[in-house]
Amino acid sequence: MENARKVLIDPLVDNNPVTLQVLGICSALAVTTALLPSLLMCVALTSVAALSGAAISSIRNHIPNNIRIIVQMTIIASFVILTDQILRAYAFETSKQLSVFVGLIITNCIVLGRAEAFAMKNGIGMSFLDGLGNGLGYSVILILVATSRELFGAGTLLGKQILPLVSDGGWYHANGLMLLPPSAFFIIGLIIWAARSWKKAQVEKPDYQIHEVHRTEAL
Amino acid sequence: MSDSKESIGNVLRVAIGVSLVCSILVAGAAISLKPRQVRNEEEFRQGIIVDVAGFDRASADLATLFARIEPRLIEFETGEYVDLPRPEDFDAAEAANTPDMGVSIPADLDIASVRRRAIYGPVYLVKENDVVQQIILPVHGAGLWSTMYGYLALETDAQTVRGLRFYDHAETPGLGDQIDKPAWRAQWAGRQLFDESGTPAIEVIKGTVDESSPNARYEIDGLAGATLTGRGVRNLVHYWVGEHGYGPYLDRRRQEAQR
Repeated sequence: MENARKVLIDPLVDNNPVTLQVLGICSALAVTTALLPSLLMCVALTSVAALSGAAISSIRNHIPNNIRIIVQMTIIASFVILTDQILRAYAFETSKQLSVFVGLIITNCIVLGRAEAFAMKNGIGMSFLDGLGNGLGYSVILILVATSRELFGAGTLLGKQILPLVSDGGWYHANGLMLLPPSAFFIIGLIIWAARSWKKAQVEKPDYQIHEVHRTEAL
Repeated sequence: MSDSKESIGNVLRVAIGVSLVCSILVAGAAISLKPRQVRNEEEFRQGIIVDVAGFDRASADLATLFARIEPRLIEFETGEYVDLPRPEDFDAAEAANTPDMGVSIPADLDIASVRRRAIYGPVYLVKENDVVQQIILPVHGAGLWSTMYGYLALETDAQTVRGLRFYDHAETPGLGDQIDKPAWRAQWAGRQLFDESGTPAIEVIKGTVDESSPNARYEIDGLAGATLTGRGVRNLVHYWVGEHGYGPYLDRRRQEAQR
């Protein structure tokens, strides 16, 4: 029980796939201009990660080693297409905004990474929880990024005006940079900084140390 | 155990089994959800037409509002209405690519990079008590990154714009996609398409329209940071209301209105 809790909770902060492992950045940059599509993307990725984890785990003892990656990809791709089809049927307008990015979950490193690193070696229930946890870890970051981008870039949240814009007679000058992909880089960078200041264990050891070398010593 | 797991037989078995199960899953989902998706797509387009006609979406459901709009087909070359046996089955985008129903657009006329169009085109007539109130034309053309698809609503004089709305494009978020912003769209209302000689004169200008200038009635504010998207919009409007587009049809409507 304790173990299951750890598998689910750990990826939220302590082992977050985005801030610690720096995976899944591509879609985090692309879909976070507004909160609503980001939420949908979170649901899509989390369900794909959880379901594909469980599915791969259920046949892990039969998958031959030399074709394991392609088998994982096939299963992940099927769930992604399934999710995409469902979104297009039931959340049409938001799925239009997400365009190719739901399809690109197939290549999302988080999903394949969890399949290869966890689902191939653990039971069905645990793999499902692990996928769920990692999906939620990704979601936490996506929601943080999308909230700040939509709020400061357009003055809205979920399409509702929070900060009245100057162009509509209010006081807030929309920050256009927030709507462009680079701003997501900055925000994710700031989040990583904040996470590592809070949890010192996440700080990586420097690859090498620069020593001060005096000319005479070098000779 | 591990030996038999790695055997060629097992590799084939797992590969075929996984592919089979996955393909059934995917195909099943695609087929069972298809009708709903097609309906969504259709309703979305109808919603845009209803919007550009200026109907209040909250006032009634989409089907009721759309029932007030009559879809017709016209022949581009003559500008006359045509009656096909099954007009609802006519797909202009598909017809454009067939040799007998489509024509390729001469390069010097193809200012909006449309390339091919069908010989027939849909128009949507907004009617009230059987009198046409507005004419809505489907338009499309190249923007900066993407082909932009939209609807242009005109008064019955076939000269005054009522509105322009796009339902599909992939222009730069925050810059080019300002073509969807209500403030920019609102400017189109009341602008004039053609000058005295009957050539398309409407322009997306650089900067802000000076309302006191004599040309103001042909002018739309430029979009800061989206000059090329704005130019794309201007070009596609020029093409579709021009002589190779709906021009002949609009000429007829204009003469009719003057009579």
